[in-house]
Amino acid sequence: MSALAPEAAAAAPTLAARGISRLFGPNQVLFDVDFELHPGEVHALIGENGAGKSTLMKILGGYLAPSGGGLEVDGRPAAFASHREAEAEGVILIHQEFNLAMPLTVEENMFLGRELRRGPFLRSKDMQAECRRLLARLDCTVDPRLRCRDLSVPERQMVEIAKALGQNARVLIMDEPTAVLTARETDVLLEQIERLRAEGTAILYTSHKLGEVARIADRVTVLRDGHRVASRAAEGFTEHAMAEAMVGRELSNLFPPKAVPGAETVLEVRGLTVPGHARDASFRLRKGEVLGFAGLVGAGRTELMEGVAGLRPARGEVEVFGRKVKTEDPRAMREAGLAYLTEDRKEKGLLLGFPLQENLTLLALDRFTRGGLRIDKAAEARALTRAVEEFDLRARDLTMDAGGLSGGNQQKLLLAKTMLAEPGIVIIDEPTRGIDIGTKSQIYAFIAALAAAGKSVIVVSSELPEVIGLADRIVVMNRGRIAGELEGEAISESAILRLAMGLDEKEPEPA
Amino acid sequence: MTADAIPTESEPPRRPRRRINLHVLGPLLALAALVILGASLNDNFLSAGNVQNVLARSAFIGIIAVGMTFVITAGGIDLSVGSMSAFTAGVTILAMNAMIEPLGVSVFTIVAGMGVALLTGLFAGMVNGALVARVRIEPFIVTLGAMGVYRSLTTWLADGGTISLSFELRSLYRPVYYDGPFGISWPIIVFALVAILGELAMRSAPFGRHCAAIGANEQVARYSAVRVDRIRMATYALLGLLVGVATIMYVPRLGSASGSTGVLWELEAIAAVIIGGTVLKGGFGRVWGAVVGVLILSLIDNILNLASIVSPYLNGAIQGVIVILAVVLQRERKAED
Repeated sequence: MSALAPEAAAAAPTLAARGISRLFGPNQVLFDVDFELHPGEVHALIGENGAGKSTLMKILGGYLAPSGGGLEVDGRPAAFASHREAEAEGVILIHQEFNLAMPLTVEENMFLGRELRRGPFLRSKDMQAECRRLLARLDCTVDPRLRCRDLSVPERQMVEIAKALGQNARVLIMDEPTAVLTARETDVLLEQIERLRAEGTAILYTSHKLGEVARIADRVTVLRDGHRVASRAAEGFTEHAMAEAMVGRELSNLFPPKAVPGAETVLEVRGLTVPGHARDASFRLRKGEVLGFAGLVGAGRTELMEGVAGLRPARGEVEVFGRKVKTEDPRAMREAGLAYLTEDRKEKGLLLGFPLQENLTLLALDRFTRGGLRIDKAAEARALTRAVEEFDLRARDLTMDAGGLSGGNQQKLLLAKTMLAEPGIVIIDEPTRGIDIGTKSQIYAFIAALAAAGKSVIVVSSELPEVIGLADRIVVMNRGRIAGELEGEAISESAILRLAMGLDEKEPEPA
Repeated sequence: MTADAIPTESEPPRRPRRRINLHVLGPLLALAALVILGASLNDNFLSAGNVQNVLARSAFIGIIAVGMTFVITAGGIDLSVGSMSAFTAGVTILAMNAMIEPLGVSVFTIVAGMGVALLTGLFAGMVNGALVARVRIEPFIVTLGAMGVYRSLTTWLADGGTISLSFELRSLYRPVYYDGPFGISWPIIVFALVAILGELAMRSAPFGRHCAAIGANEQVARYSAVRVDRIRMATYALLGLLVGVATIMYVPRLGSASGSTGVLWELEAIAAVIIGGTVLKGGFGRVWGAVVGVLILSLIDNILNLASIVSPYLNGAIQGVIVILAVVLQRERKAED
């Protein structure tokens, strides 16, 4: 890991940013930032949401031009007019949201725009062979003839990386590649990154998961509010020190103390089956409780919760505050006092092209409707002002569209939107996906405050420390079934993992 | 994503600032330009008679275009409204003629006939809506099919010819198109009412907000407990009902219906909606824009007929260019954002 040979460090970096600054209108988001990528080195870039990481990556990848400063390739000054020019130099940015055409096959995606031809005809056989060769380099056995739509998220990621390799990538810029991966999938990815590094690829790696950064990075650069506040060898740079450098202050305990739940059952799910995803799930939630749901990606946690919230076809019984509620009717669930906060805030949570105000009130619009017909826009505006204060929502101005917010602020807006419906029960799916550590601790504090105020919360998360830090009781799912339940002293990462992987599966307790 | 801006902690978020937006003003400016052009070309253009004529003729398409705005805003389309109008007109006339026997040549017959028109339109719209929202067939396909069905049914009802309102009823019904209070004819008044109610529904009722949300991202709407199927169904039902209203205004004008009634109305209505700034793929709708769009299309027709500079035969070409221009302007706004 620290195998940074002295001669490699002395040679000119493959790609370097020199004194880069960038303005968006009057807002300066990068100030005189230096960044170097050497062959065979993983250079991690960390910082809170809105610190300027994405902007720097886009400038390095040719998607944005710097307002000041410049780039160097192999020590020579260079300017990328577009990402195509960057790609021609072997600099490839892998987006967090993948750039794959879902209806096309792996092979078609891999060669999109640079297909191998013989005269007017495609050389499918050759392309498939090349595809297999590139995927094999990543230890990935996906059939090139499969459609990307049918691949799992980590498989899509491998296809993206293989595509970059096919373009003779010398520099790979990876924007939070593990945000949607489970621990095991992350391990596989990190192994691939180590392999690429050994082959001499320069890698820029971003992640909010500092444990990964400490594990994989050779160098770490920290951005805060657009300034480079630290850049040093990863060795000896502890996770805690990284977090403090990002936030710029002492970090107290990330998780607030847990409240003591009441005895009353507010949600009872009996034998709920979500066809294709979850079978015969039964569990209860008590008043003032934070119940964690853990499991591997694909274990059916999200689908089960969507079934509970009425968003998916489901069979079985759901009792909210002692009253049986019809399944498959999200409106009835909301009216019964149960709200579900989706993990996919961009596709299912927020209307990115709509103003903050209209997003905020969409779920609880009837509260803002007078006489059933007229929306009280003044009341909506007041609600937004309140939400901005209550959730520390940071927006350029209040008329902006939700799509212009940073990820953390989008999540806060989504929380505010959900809470506006005043649910007694909130199911929060991946509350902190792709969110920086400062915002994370705010969201944790908020969840704890909800429980303390007598509301009941279900937290679905793939991050074990998060579930363990927040929940009083943890339900673990494995392949669509509830594999077991852990409470109090019995909760530990290894106990959860054993259940999640089906190593010592218990029969679900009868309801 | 995470890059856009870093608001500094000390600076509170700013409140709305109004911007002058060419995208909003564009249709209005085009309308004003047409009025000025018309007035300078022909002295008769601004006469009460001509204004009345243009507005009354705009009313049919206009009333339909208001309904179409909701359908398009919610991410749908309805190609069947032209032939649905013809079918509704045919059914209404047959019903009125049949009711002469029991009810006589009276206002009751007319009112009952109007009821038939509204119910026929509403029913036809609900069938479209059910096929789109419940059976989940593409709206383009559903309404393309319905377009053929209603056109053919009308021709069949008319036995290949024309369905005519009986002569006595015609003179009783005629004033609904030609007369009205304060010298303003009924179609203009009804059009204005429909437009105002539509604008209110789009701008400040939950229905309009929900339509836009569904058109922008159906998933988000569903996850926000919006009853997507019901709203979508309602847009088609509303449009069908408004087709009924338009037909009520249209029948007294000619007193007949045939297989060629209402040909291309659907495209004129869609064109008017798009000229007005509603986004064809949904998510944003403007009812007053559709009204302005209809007026623009009617004025072009009117000016070409009054002034003999360009042949009226080129009407369609000019309207076509205007629709394309409107969409180009929409896209330029997108690029600015």
